[in-house]
Amino acid sequence: MEDTILKIDNLHVSFKTHNDGETKAVRGVSFELKKGETLAIVGESGSGKSVTAKSLMRLLPKQNSMIKDGQVFYEGKDLLKYSIKEMQKIRGSEISMVFQDPMTSLNPTMTIGKQIMEGLRKHQAFRKKELFKKAADLLELVGIPSPMERMKDYPHQFSGGMRQRVVIAMALACNPKVLLADEPTTALDVTIQAQILDLMKDLQKKTGTAIIIITHDLGVVASMAQRVAVMYAGEIIETGTVDEIFYEPKHPYTCGLLLSMPKLHAARSTKLIPIPGIPPDLGQLPEGCPFAARCPYVMKVCHSFSPSKTEVSETHSVSCWLEDERAPQVEWIDGAGGSIDERKRKVD
Amino acid sequence: MSEKEKLIEVKNLKKYFNVGKGKILKAVDDVSFDIYKGETLGLVGESGCGKSTAGRTIIQLYNATSGQVIYDGEDTQVKKSAVDKKSMKKKMQMIYQDPYSSLNPRMTVLEIIAEGIGNHEVQLKSKEKEARVYDLLESVGLNKKHANRYPHEFSGGQCQRIGIARALAVAPEFIIADEPIAALDVSIQAQIVNLLQELQQKKGLTYLFIAHDLSMVKHISDRIAVMYLGGVVELAGSEDLYDNPLHPYTQALLSAIPIPDPKIERTRERIILKGDVPNPMDPPSGCRFRTRCPKAMQICTEIVPEWQEVSSNHFVACHLYKQ
Repeated sequence: MEDTILKIDNLHVSFKTHNDGETKAVRGVSFELKKGETLAIVGESGSGKSVTAKSLMRLLPKQNSMIKDGQVFYEGKDLLKYSIKEMQKIRGSEISMVFQDPMTSLNPTMTIGKQIMEGLRKHQAFRKKELFKKAADLLELVGIPSPMERMKDYPHQFSGGMRQRVVIAMALACNPKVLLADEPTTALDVTIQAQILDLMKDLQKKTGTAIIIITHDLGVVASMAQRVAVMYAGEIIETGTVDEIFYEPKHPYTCGLLLSMPKLHAARSTKLIPIPGIPPDLGQLPEGCPFAARCPYVMKVCHSFSPSKTEVSETHSVSCWLEDERAPQVEWIDGAGGSIDERKRKVD
Repeated sequence: MSEKEKLIEVKNLKKYFNVGKGKILKAVDDVSFDIYKGETLGLVGESGCGKSTAGRTIIQLYNATSGQVIYDGEDTQVKKSAVDKKSMKKKMQMIYQDPYSSLNPRMTVLEIIAEGIGNHEVQLKSKEKEARVYDLLESVGLNKKHANRYPHEFSGGQCQRIGIARALAVAPEFIIADEPIAALDVSIQAQIVNLLQELQQKKGLTYLFIAHDLSMVKHISDRIAVMYLGGVVELAGSEDLYDNPLHPYTQALLSAIPIPDPKIERTRERIILKGDVPNPMDPPSGCRFRTRCPKAMQICTEIVPEWQEVSSNHFVACHLYKQ
C-alpha cells in the first residue's frame, strides 16, 4: 500500500545466553504502520515488544543479540541493511524513540537545553541563536512553563512528568515521521499520564507523526490507538482495529487479558477471571502454540503444531487453532457485565 | 455488615521527617480514619502523597510524630512492654510492593515463612513448623515442593504468593498490602487479587490496601480513602466514591484513568490537571490541592478545609461543600 510508512516482515531476534543457549525473544513478527496512525503493541513483560522496537531502531547490543531473519522497510528501504552511519541519520530525524524511564534516558550531567540542541545540531543546520530559539520553542510546545529559563536546568530539577515531556520534545525535535514510544507513561502517576497521553495525541494532530505505542495497559491502548497488535512469547498472536480487539477478540489470550482487568463501571461482586499459570521460558519454548499451557480451550493439536495466521476480516487476523475449520464449534457466552462483554469460550 | 465494629481508629496521625537543614517533610499530616473489622479499606493517591508512610506508621514501622492509632481499643503508639509489643505485632502484618526485594535471597522459602512463626511461637518443634509452612504454601496456591527453593527460582507472581504466605504465617487479623500488585504483569495481577479476596473470606481478615491503580482498588475495597500531599481529601464507600466523587482531586483522578473500552474513551471528557504535585517540603497554604484545582476559590488559599461528613459515610475536605 502507498501510505505504509513502516513495514516489518518476519522479524526474528535472538539473544545468546550462557552455555550456547539461545533466547528467541522475537519470532516472526510482521506488521505495518500507516502514515499518521497510532499502532499499539500490547503484551506482558518478556513478550518481545520492546525488543521489536529496539531492533527496528537497531539499538540492540551487538555482542549478544542477533537479528536472525526478517526485514524492516522504512519508506521501501530495508533498515536492517543500513550501515551504522546511515542508521544514525535515520534515528532522531526520521524515526525517534521515547523510552520508559525519563530519568535514565536523559543525561544527568547535561543541561536540558544542550540535550535538545544536540539532536537538532546533528540533523539540521542551524545558527547558534536559531538553535537555542528552536529548542525553547520545542519545550514550549510540550507545555513547559518559562522555557527560556528552564533550558539551563539539569534533569534532576525537573519532575518525572516534566522529564518525560522533555524526552518527547527531544524525540519530536526533527519532525520524525515515526515515533516509537516504549511504555511512555508506565513510570508516571495517573494524572500525569493523562497529561502526557493528551500531549502525544495533540502533537500527532499537529505534526501527523505515526506512533507505535508499546504498553501493557489496555486502558492506554483504548484511549490512544487505532490499531492493536497483541504479542505473546515473541509472536504477534492477534492484530486488528481497537474495536475488533476489544469487542470481538478471537484469541483466548486476548480474551483472558480483557477479562482479568477490573472494570470501573462493573459491580464489585464480579470476580476477575485471571489467566492461570505464567508465560513460557523463551529459552525453552514448548512445541506448538506458546499459549497452549495456559489456554482454557486447548486441543491436542495445539501442543504439537503452531497455528497459522487466519484472516478474520480485512483488518483482523489471529493465530489460533480455534479458527481452523476443523476445530470444534466454540460457544461464546455473552454475559452481562460492563461494557466489555464477559466472554467465555467452551469447547463441547 | 450491619453492625460495624471498629478494628483500627487512626486519629490525627502525623508523621514528619526531619530532612536536615531545619527542614521538615510532612509526609502524613493530620490523617484520621477508621478501619472496620473484616473490611478492605483502599488507600489511593499519587506517588509521594504519603500513602505508604501512613501504612507504615499504622503498623509501627515508623514512630508517629503525633496522633493515635487505636487497635481494638488499645493505643499502639504508647510505650509498651516487649511482650505486649510482640503480641500487638502478631496481629498486624504487611505485604510489600516488590516481591523480589522483600524476600531474603539467601533464605529458602521454608526459612522465610517459618521465621515469623518461630519468633512468636517459640515452643513449636521444627516438624510442626514445617507442617504449618506446607499448609500455608498450599493456601496461597503453591505446594510442598517449593519449600526448599530460593526466591530467585520463582516468578514475580509466585514471589508475591510467598510474601502473602509469610504475612499469614502468624495468623494476623489485619494486613496492610502496600501496592501488592504494582510490580506484576496484568494477567498475574488478577491471580493475586483473587487470592487476597479468597483468603479474606476464609480467614476473616481486614485489609488496608494501598495502591495507585484506582480500578483495582475499586474492585477490591469496601471503602476508599483518597490521599493528596499528606492528607486524606475524601473517604467514601467504593461505589459511592466512583459514582459520586465530590472532591475535585478525586474527580480528576477518576477521569484520568484510561478505561479499557475504546467506545467510552472516544466520547469521554477528561479533566486534565495542570502541573505537578507541589513539593511536600513547602506545601501550599490553605487547601493543599488549590494550586492544581480547577475550582479553586479565594478562601482555599487562606483556610484549610475541614474534614466533614457530607452525606452518610461520605467524608470530604473541601470548601465547596461547606455547610
